[in-house]
Amino acid sequence: MIQVFLPSQLESYTEGVRELSFDPAALTIESGSAPTVLDVVNALDERYPGLAFRIVDEQQRIRRHIAFFVGEDMVRQLDVPLGPDARVQIVGALSGG
Amino acid sequence: MNNTTILVGTRKGAWTVTGSADGKQWQVEGPQHLGAMVFHYVADPREPRRRLMAVGSGHLGPSIFRTEDGGDTWIEAAVPPHFPKINSPRADDQEEGRSVDHVFWLTPGHASQPERWYAGTSPQGLFRSDDGGNTWQEVKGFNHHPDFFDWRGGDKDGTPDGPKLHSVIVDHTDPKHLLLGMSGGGIFESLDEGESWIPLNKGVTMDFFPPKEDGSEYEYGHDPHCLVMHPLDNNRLYHQNHCGIYRMDRDRSDRWERIGDNMPKDVGDIGFPIVVHPRDVDTAWVFPMDGSGQWPRTSPEGKPAVYCTRDGGASWIRQDKGFPQQQAWWTVKRQCMAVTENRDGIGLFLGTTNGQLWGSFDEGESWQGIAMDLPQIYSVEVVSQ
Repeated sequence: MIQVFLPSQLESYTEGVRELSFDPAALTIESGSAPTVLDVVNALDERYPGLAFRIVDEQQRIRRHIAFFVGEDMVRQLDVPLGPDARVQIVGALSGG
Repeated sequence: MNNTTILVGTRKGAWTVTGSADGKQWQVEGPQHLGAMVFHYVADPREPRRRLMAVGSGHLGPSIFRTEDGGDTWIEAAVPPHFPKINSPRADDQEEGRSVDHVFWLTPGHASQPERWYAGTSPQGLFRSDDGGNTWQEVKGFNHHPDFFDWRGGDKDGTPDGPKLHSVIVDHTDPKHLLLGMSGGGIFESLDEGESWIPLNKGVTMDFFPPKEDGSEYEYGHDPHCLVMHPLDNNRLYHQNHCGIYRMDRDRSDRWERIGDNMPKDVGDIGFPIVVHPRDVDTAWVFPMDGSGQWPRTSPEGKPAVYCTRDGGASWIRQDKGFPQQQAWWTVKRQCMAVTENRDGIGLFLGTTNGQLWGSFDEGESWQGIAMDLPQIYSVEVVSQ
């Protein structure tokens, strides 16, 4: 299962849920290919409509003060493939003193 | 006065301030959206229980929230303002990468279009909703006008936190007649509900650009700060610019007259807001700031004052009774002056960069503090009675 961890800034969109898990096969049921970070974003938006636009802008760029980690690696693109047991953490980046 | 409800947007959320019938007791309620930047918080004059709020979060990007019950419950727009996704931009394609950073301005539509709203954003874009603010679309005639990227200039042409599209005006006599200001670009006018646009900047100084060698004026590229149309006369326009205070009588001319030349020279005619008297086309108020040297954008010499004209800009009267008389270095942003009228008279309100809400109930003659400890104020609007 792909584990997803969400920042406090998104609590109002998820009714307080901060941790979720997704079946990787269900994320890409149509294409059958390996899931990507974008698939996770789309799955989050399906469950919590409007959430995707809070973390990714209309050009599908990760918002300036949002950071995505896969494992302990920060990723800057949404097409990064995910393993079947990937750990994806979305954080509100440090943007103040 | 009757009860007055003031909507205050700040750098850290929104507050509602309600005044008693005699204007002497005020109640501050809030915050709403604590921690978020509320650039504009506007009541719908066509449906007073409906309000829209332009909310920006440092982390979560731009959005618009609306209430249908006077602020008890809030719903986020299902489709906030956004530019189209560009899939395969060319290297020279100026369309590449536009994404809304924040929604800066909200304007209710014409009385005959009760669900219509307009929004101005940074980067500069014009958007429209036809369902009361739930879903938003581009006004393509403006955002994708063939001259748009010439009009708006480069990245250096704008305020430090991004150039703003502001002062969206819907002519109360004609829903197809629109005006707007771009802080990097100038004033533009549409007579066909946004399908086509023309610049409206003749006569406006642009001293941050070199003079044209042929002596002609720049057609666009100006920096209007705030534009108003008088509610009794759709031809009477005023605007506070980066380079002065102007007036235009649209039925007589398409040229702006710099009425700020009649301001005291030691105060100057630079500022952000301008508001007009709801019953007198010749009365307007401004709040000057220091636009000299390093452009500190503070009250000139630390002595805040409103200036009022009663004769369409031919002369100006200083109004500072009640304000600190020295060492007060705040100023007032462009959405932060508001005027309201009811059967008891005029209420004039302003919000400051250090979080103070002030009111005047004698047309600016004297001022009283209403709420003195809010965050930096971004907008002040009054709910129509």
